[in-house]
Amino acid sequence: MTDVLEATDATDAAAVADAAVADVPDGATVLIGGFGAAGQPVELIDALRRRGARDLTVVNNNAGNGDTGLAALLASGAVRKMVCSFPRQSDSWVFDDLYRAGKIELEVVPQGNLAERMRAAGAGIGAFFSPTGVGTPLAEGKEERTIDGRRYVLELPIRGDYALVKAHVADRTGNLVYRKTARNFGPVMATAATTTVVQVSRVVATGELDPEVVVTPGIYVDRVVVTP
Amino acid sequence: MSDRLTKDQIAAMIADDIPTGAFVNLGIGQPTLVADHLDLERGVVLHTENGMLGMGRAAVGDEVDPDLINAGKIPVVETPGASYFHHADSFAMMRGGHLDVCVLGAFQVAVNGDLANWHTGAPDAIPAVGGAMDLAIGAKDVFVMMTLFGKDGASKLVRECTYPLTGVACVSRVYTEHGVFEITPAGVRLREPYGATLEELEDRTGLPLR
Repeated sequence: MTDVLEATDATDAAAVADAAVADVPDGATVLIGGFGAAGQPVELIDALRRRGARDLTVVNNNAGNGDTGLAALLASGAVRKMVCSFPRQSDSWVFDDLYRAGKIELEVVPQGNLAERMRAAGAGIGAFFSPTGVGTPLAEGKEERTIDGRRYVLELPIRGDYALVKAHVADRTGNLVYRKTARNFGPVMATAATTTVVQVSRVVATGELDPEVVVTPGIYVDRVVVTP
Repeated sequence: MSDRLTKDQIAAMIADDIPTGAFVNLGIGQPTLVADHLDLERGVVLHTENGMLGMGRAAVGDEVDPDLINAGKIPVVETPGASYFHHADSFAMMRGGHLDVCVLGAFQVAVNGDLANWHTGAPDAIPAVGGAMDLAIGAKDVFVMMTLFGKDGASKLVRECTYPLTGVACVSRVYTEHGVFEITPAGVRLREPYGATLEELEDRTGLPLR
């Protein structure tokens, strides 16, 4: 069953988002969608920051931009460890300062392995051999195998306790469609967490989304937050 | 002897070498210049790692849409026939060998095609790899666009990379201001020298060239 939490105005939107992440405990692993700002579920991230949970492990492609959204969550000291592919950007000063001060751990994962490790978690795959990273420092200490003459390294799944995802439109069954390149990690993360929380700008009645165009089926979605 | 090539001339040369109908990924930074010289009417389809085939030029004015960006997080436009997909599919296209060409920047390329382009290894550097390792091992042809010599004058085409590797034996060609270096099992072949003779370049790189 998917719970749909609808806000009527901006104040209410914050309260609704707060309710959607109110049970995230200290030490949780949280998968957060987005590639830079596109697809970043800012309202849910802000709610997670207000929630005040500590020692979080956060999985995202980047490590925050500017001072809002994920960057603000990092600045609040809630995050013990970042798992990402590309932390260093022109506007990643919040993360850069925390990292240089030794206040945050970093696991750098090649972007495709990051996506596939979450896909594996969502699909019940115990591990997989990837050709990405072979012979590089990011493969050090990992099991290597040659299959049909090509070298691969063993990669383990990344499972989240929670996924925070931004989609475009949901129906009341939790089926989702996304918008353009804001789709990025959303569909994969939605499958890989125990509890998946999705923010959308619009919810429609069940039956109004064409089943042929649904990207994330509602089975993966636990809570939908509608932020106008 | 012809002059050294400008960045635009190098980008044009790469564009000319991309076959009709190819699926192509252009890395962030200098390789994006190649897009300016690609005739998309020829059916070359651009892939962007964040989940799109059929990426068009940079968006201007009202076209800017924060939900439609490229790997460098620059707003772009769609072309007819474009498609969107999630990250696991996007990188499956790379790993699965479906992309024909990718163009990447580099700190160093070794004569066997080893690529170093993600990390200088400096102790205070924050490591960031993005999609470089997936692209390096995934595309059928990996073209590198770089200056042949660094600011310190050292050759970036080397016998063995000293920077941490991005991929092993993955580069097929290196496009530089002094010409195109083809990485072959028989050694490095310079197509045509620009701004220096083959012998001068052998001397400055310390590498045997053909």
